[in-house]
Amino acid sequence: MIALLTRDLRLAVRAGGGFGLGLAFFLIVTVLVPFGVGPETGLLSKIAPGVLWIGALLACLLSLDRIFALDWEDGSLDLLATAPLPMEGIVSVKALAHWITTGLPLVLAAPLLGVLLSLPADGYLWVLVSLAVGTPALSVIGTFGAALTVGLKRGGLLLSLLVLPLYVPTLIFGAEVARRGAEGLAVQTPLLMLGGISAGAIALLPFASAAVLRINLR
Amino acid sequence: MSIWEYANPVKFIRTTDLVLPWVSALAVAALVVGLVWGFFFTPEDYRQGSTVKIIYLHVPAAMMAINAWVMMLVTSLVWIVRRHHVSALAARAAAPIGATFTIIALVTGALWGQPMWGTWWAWDPRLTSFLILFLFYLGYMALWTAIENDDTAADLTSILCLVGSVFALLSRYAVNFWNQGLHQGASLSLDAEENVADVFWYPLLVCIAGFVLLFVALVFLRTQTEIRARRARALLARERQA
Amino acid sequence: MMLSVRDLAVSRGGVPVLEGVSFALAPGRALVLRGPNGSGKTTLLRTVAGLQPPFSGEIAGAGERIAYAGHSDGLKAMLTVTENLRFWAQVFGTRDISAALRDFDLAQLDSRLAGTLSAGQKRRLGLARLMVTGRPVWVLDEPTVSLDAASVGLFAAAVRAHLAAGGSALMATHIDLGIPEAEVFDVTPFKAVPRAAKQDEAFL
Repeated sequence: MIALLTRDLRLAVRAGGGFGLGLAFFLIVTVLVPFGVGPETGLLSKIAPGVLWIGALLACLLSLDRIFALDWEDGSLDLLATAPLPMEGIVSVKALAHWITTGLPLVLAAPLLGVLLSLPADGYLWVLVSLAVGTPALSVIGTFGAALTVGLKRGGLLLSLLVLPLYVPTLIFGAEVARRGAEGLAVQTPLLMLGGISAGAIALLPFASAAVLRINLR
Repeated sequence: MSIWEYANPVKFIRTTDLVLPWVSALAVAALVVGLVWGFFFTPEDYRQGSTVKIIYLHVPAAMMAINAWVMMLVTSLVWIVRRHHVSALAARAAAPIGATFTIIALVTGALWGQPMWGTWWAWDPRLTSFLILFLFYLGYMALWTAIENDDTAADLTSILCLVGSVFALLSRYAVNFWNQGLHQGASLSLDAEENVADVFWYPLLVCIAGFVLLFVALVFLRTQTEIRARRARALLARERQA
Repeated sequence: MMLSVRDLAVSRGGVPVLEGVSFALAPGRALVLRGPNGSGKTTLLRTVAGLQPPFSGEIAGAGERIAYAGHSDGLKAMLTVTENLRFWAQVFGTRDISAALRDFDLAQLDSRLAGTLSAGQKRRLGLARLMVTGRPVWVLDEPTVSLDAASVGLFAAAVRAHLAAGGSALMATHIDLGIPEAEVFDVTPFKAVPRAAKQDEAFL
């Protein structure tokens, strides 16, 4: 399992795309928003938490089809399926690798990009916390979507369509934590809900993903 | 004699053929009576005027949009547990109907909302939930058509339906939390105090009955179509082998 | 422990392609499957490897004892030869990759990226992977495709060494593998009677 994780991380670093792609997309979104809505500081600081969350979510979505597609094409997925690793473990490691290569850089970059959007001072901590708690759920849910569409020719579009509605609760609670934090309100309820979603998704969805992957490999 | 006998495609078609004309006729009758009654023989609401009459389309469509998903959830579970093909096909058949009811609910809601709230669309929790529900329907249908092998498609869509149901509930809760909304509370409940007035209530019940019957008739019809399409493909495949 | 297959039927897309297949493969023996293209050799191998469920019949002594190599080698172009092998060694819980590198003449290539190898070298690396799995039953689909004569010799030697160590090998091929002692199993007589796909049966 650790071998699979280190392999995926190494591939992400070597192939370049992994770490850079999501991060670059995140940067582009947050830099473009002020051009779109105008440079007014008050407006920007009001929408900053939401923009950061949407940017992170889209950056995550962008890299989902890489989770299984490459292993599917070169046949490693078949070989992994015959290896002594449980399928649930494989999908969990894949989700973890996706989070480390995509989610974690986004979490770390978000405060920096918050400066560009004049995020209020109270907001930095809560943007960071909400993304740290919420992005694992995005990776795990995305892995489920990627397992559903692995091997399909027009998989990319379908993957986005399937995953988008599944992302809604995470986005709502995540952005709510960040928004309330930025406005200095109590964040406890949405933060608990966000943590609940993440924990539930991490605990249960790998079983669904593994079942789906087994069906697709059949 | 068990209910699972109807999971046999031939038996299903034979039985539904017997029932279908009656269900369809009843659906048409209930809809005509309910809508005519509702549109022409009820007083106008003292606040909302005649716009209130859209309730006779809006509320039943919204109810059936959700119930169609619940039906798909149940049939998906039956497919996963007992692997009856008719069950999977019934889920597949119900999806476009549910999606259509969702659109009807959204459009009638917009038409109602415009004069009432002064806007076609608001990010009200109920409207938003229905939009999300619509996305679920789209994804579900797209997954069915994207996969070639019928059994694989049935397996994958069933699991998507299960996972989707959990997330749909979560979304409902999340959306409520996110925005308290303009929407009035439930129009119907068993608690008489909460109800809309009786004059609106009886024609509405007839309309709901009509929509339920319409849904049943459409699901039967579309499941029959799906079964026949599968049979045609199976026969063609056999032809090619021989 | 023997790998034994009894009255096995295998299916492609739900349609049975082979049926009534029975054979046994004792430790130290090799079995070569033969038959024309599309006769179901790959499907049979995938079923034995546990990648797809059998249509009917039984397979014993397979499961966690199988090392499978299909048409694609499952190599990562951006990893070196050593890294590719070491990854599979770790996944299968073994350590030593030097024997595999040596036997398939990959020692000079060990720090090259797998993406820069020629087709034959990639194939050799794919086959070397079998040695690091440490599993007794090799299930190989067209193992010698794109190998030159010398490499086929390396492959044959590796298979012989594996058999001598008490392993066994089940291979599908059209080409001579250079392992004359292997028994031959022709799948042609086991072609399934044209029949409806499993998912169609209920609708006929």
